[in-house]
Amino acid sequence: MYSFDIERPTSVADAVAALADEDAQALGGGQTLIPTLKQRLAMPSKLVSLSGISEMKGISQAGDSLTIGGGSTHGAVAAGAGAYPALAALAGGIGDPAVRNRGTIGGSLANNDPSACYPAAALGSGATIVTNAREIAADDYFQGMFTTALDEGEIVTAVTFPIPEKAAYVKFEQPASRFALVGVFVAKFADGVRVAVTGASEEGVFRWTEAEAALSADFSADALAGLSLSGDGMIGDLHGTGAYRAHLVAVMTKRAVAAAG
Amino acid sequence: MPKDHGIGASTKRREDVRFLTGVGNYTDDINIHGQAYVHFLRSDVAHGRITNLDTAAAAAMPGVVRIFTGADFEGVGGLPCGWEVTDKHGQPMKEPAHPVLAQGKVRHVGDPIAAIVADTLEQARNAAEAIEVDIEELPAVVDMKAALADGATLVHDDLSDNLCYDWGFVEENKAAVDAAIANSAHVTTLELVNNRLVANPMEPRVAVGDYARGTGDSTLYTTSQNPHVIRLLMGAFVLGIPEHKLRVVAPDVGGGFGTKIFHYAEEAFCTFAAKAINRAVKWTSSRSEAFMSDCHGRDHVTKIELGLDADNNFTALRCLTYANMGAYLSTFAPSVPTWLHGTLLAGNYKTPLVYTNVKAVFTNTVPVDAYRGAGRPEATYQLERVIDKAAREVGADPVELRRQNFITEFPYQTPVAVVYDTGDYHATMDKMLELIDRDGFAARRSASEAKGKLRGLGINCFIEACGIAPSNLVGQLGARAGLYESATVRVNATGGLVVMTGSHSHGQGHETAFPQVISEMIGIPEEQVEIVHGDTANTPMGMGTYGSRSIAVGGSAMVRATEKIINKTKKIAAHLMEASEADIELKDGQFTVSGTDKSVAWGDVCLAAYVPHNYPLEDIEPGLEETAFYDPSNFTYPAGAYACEVEVDPETGHVKIEKFVSADDFGNVINPMIVEGQVHGGIAQGIGQALLENCVYDDNGQLLSASYMDYTMPRADDLPHMDSYSVDHSCQTPCTHNPLGVKGCGEAGAIGSPPTVINAILDALQSGGHKVDHIDMPATPARVWAAINQAS
Repeated sequence: MYSFDIERPTSVADAVAALADEDAQALGGGQTLIPTLKQRLAMPSKLVSLSGISEMKGISQAGDSLTIGGGSTHGAVAAGAGAYPALAALAGGIGDPAVRNRGTIGGSLANNDPSACYPAAALGSGATIVTNAREIAADDYFQGMFTTALDEGEIVTAVTFPIPEKAAYVKFEQPASRFALVGVFVAKFADGVRVAVTGASEEGVFRWTEAEAALSADFSADALAGLSLSGDGMIGDLHGTGAYRAHLVAVMTKRAVAAAG
Repeated sequence: MPKDHGIGASTKRREDVRFLTGVGNYTDDINIHGQAYVHFLRSDVAHGRITNLDTAAAAAMPGVVRIFTGADFEGVGGLPCGWEVTDKHGQPMKEPAHPVLAQGKVRHVGDPIAAIVADTLEQARNAAEAIEVDIEELPAVVDMKAALADGATLVHDDLSDNLCYDWGFVEENKAAVDAAIANSAHVTTLELVNNRLVANPMEPRVAVGDYARGTGDSTLYTTSQNPHVIRLLMGAFVLGIPEHKLRVVAPDVGGGFGTKIFHYAEEAFCTFAAKAINRAVKWTSSRSEAFMSDCHGRDHVTKIELGLDADNNFTALRCLTYANMGAYLSTFAPSVPTWLHGTLLAGNYKTPLVYTNVKAVFTNTVPVDAYRGAGRPEATYQLERVIDKAAREVGADPVELRRQNFITEFPYQTPVAVVYDTGDYHATMDKMLELIDRDGFAARRSASEAKGKLRGLGINCFIEACGIAPSNLVGQLGARAGLYESATVRVNATGGLVVMTGSHSHGQGHETAFPQVISEMIGIPEEQVEIVHGDTANTPMGMGTYGSRSIAVGGSAMVRATEKIINKTKKIAAHLMEASEADIELKDGQFTVSGTDKSVAWGDVCLAAYVPHNYPLEDIEPGLEETAFYDPSNFTYPAGAYACEVEVDPETGHVKIEKFVSADDFGNVINPMIVEGQVHGGIAQGIGQALLENCVYDDNGQLLSASYMDYTMPRADDLPHMDSYSVDHSCQTPCTHNPLGVKGCGEAGAIGSPPTVINAILDALQSGGHKVDHIDMPATPARVWAAINQAS
């Protein structure tokens, strides 16, 4: 990697100030950024580590919603989000223990990898992304592969999840990377069902509205019979064509509904 | 009761103590005072002419010691090929130059263009980015059949085409094979791909070159399976350094699987550069570099036809294989699709006529050479796949079709040159069927179907040619080296032994297994025997480890040297006990005189050899050190029968291996635990090839599977649980021509498992009504799902 300076602020305000420098970049758990740096694919002048900011950590429940600090590791969410079992299970299934002990929910959502798990949870739950500057509804936050509504230097400080009546996340892993080849998050709320799909689309995480309508009317795997997606616009690569991914979306949605019970 | 020492005991691996506690001595652990580091600037295009290469700015960067380019290697030899194949017209293969650094042209992504030597690795990498290089891109030659078409772009401008050789075997049988196929009652035809693999040993390659100005001696520390071969090839053919001025050391090596057999450019570079700058030079491959610079394996495209008569007897076998050589000929590349492949096509069967045509092709890809099994997996895969397909076509039971065609009398002269010395293929088949519980399969299939899954049972029988040797035979076949093995046994004055072997251990466990043999022969504890290997300075000239040859050839050399030691110690013992040498017996470390109560201990005899106060100096020399070179009269022929059960999820195409059993005949077994570990590892790699691993280039010659994000290495949860494995080696027909009766076990798992898995998947799909006759490896979920969809 190229040489760079590093700052370790202990407050969000200090982090925001540090990120004002040109070419400064926020460092969460580093599970994407550090490999990128090691391959010399990025050359930030300064890294601003967010891992020492205690106000960005922790999980708290208020009524029917669960708020998770943006600096919380996947391991912390897996262990501490018991109020939202589907979310805890999703976090516990990301990567391996080493990844889960470093990677953070804020880092994952800021990166918005098209094959990451957390975007499906946030979009599927209708979560609110809280930053140092504002609150952004998940429906407005995800804007395509590796693209979000975040401004330059804006930090995801927390994520607030409404807790659904039922939910489940089922993913089919890409064999090599073990990222989601297709992952589907299904959440049933009193006012309807949300279905979010990661891994499949060239546009990144998306909601499968036809499935949502069918499941809102009848929350059962049978309600999905006959529903399918086109392979157009789906990712095609070494591990599967767009048509295969489109097919898997239907299979994984069915299985997620079954798993949600 | 199992033995607790000697031959047949499962002695714990002594080397694991240092490997597992982090105190091994790998090449990257070797740091020489004042060493510099080299970073290679590698081509990012598959094919092109270097039109401009300007290193001036880079050379002025901080810490840069010197930048080398192809121009520095004009007049230096290229990397040699160690095996010459003669084509079906009697002409030698085409053998293009293989420069250490690119000379005017780059021929694959990863081809080294320049080498930057600097005080630190980061400085070398920084300077590499300052090198100005312009490459005029040429069309990439990737697909083998397209490479052979008229007008195809040439990988090597000085060759007439991209065909390395067109080999026919057995050429004299071609007409008879054609006639027999034409006259067969049934012919089963199959086209298949043996997927390109990257070996991925846990330890990447490393080279450290050193030069002693005072003596003019060069030393290379390298991650090699055969340091003596590297010394010979690099010294004699590349750098012009005589062996007595060149030492090659391969210390602890973290896995090889074939890919560390070969002589690589980086080794020659570090040795050359150390002398040029009078300073040690170190290179450690990154994993990304390994993907584009380690030789790849397999990559065959084959059409196979099997003829059967009306009674389902095999009448003839005809094959056509395109074998990818990559951009240059690696050290043993030409031998893999020919002599290590064509000679195995009889398999376990008495097919009277076999013909194969192999077209070896140059492409703009990384060179391809031996990978665990090397040619034998490719032969087994096509043969066992076509037999399974034939069984389906003629309505025969796949077990019975194999059985009725088994070779049953030994020695057996195959129609493909080799002579099998021993074997009992029905015995391994019986054992395999017992282990897999074939009778209970129907119930297990029903249980899977109740869960919406398809269950399949696949079987496979295979033969290997291992103990790669003998020299006179391989010499006739084009090898440019001998394939004996060597050992020096040095007995110390107090009775301990050091065995200096020409074999090399890179994880196999020689340090444990070899002493078991000595312990058995002399009757001393295994702990009194130390194995030394990997350093040309203190081991006799040996050919290294590959082709499951270490115990069969290297172990036999050790036995011969030990026999010489025993003969000499008996003479000494006879003198000490004033008895006739013919009456001396050695047992449990004691020499006795038969029919008397006289005895003398092993240690006392050894001491007498070094303190020869009371010693037959007029008859024998003092000291106890003997060397033997062993060159066997034949290959060894391990064989086995494997089976596995898979469960296929028809909705996703995912395949799960539920059960895997192997029944191997390795002849005699020295350490059952080590043998079972070798088979486990081989099966893991075989399952990796069958289900997961695939090295893929796009049409532009870019490597798409260039990291673990896209190249799927098998992980523990891809393999069946230990409870679902049975690794059996109880069927033993000892080799008849080596003193230990051993056959070798290192490659069996990787050879036997790929067709087993694919046969099982097809059996599962067929049971679900999906008329799928073939699926190429790796049978990824996407491929299995596509096959199901296309069939229905």
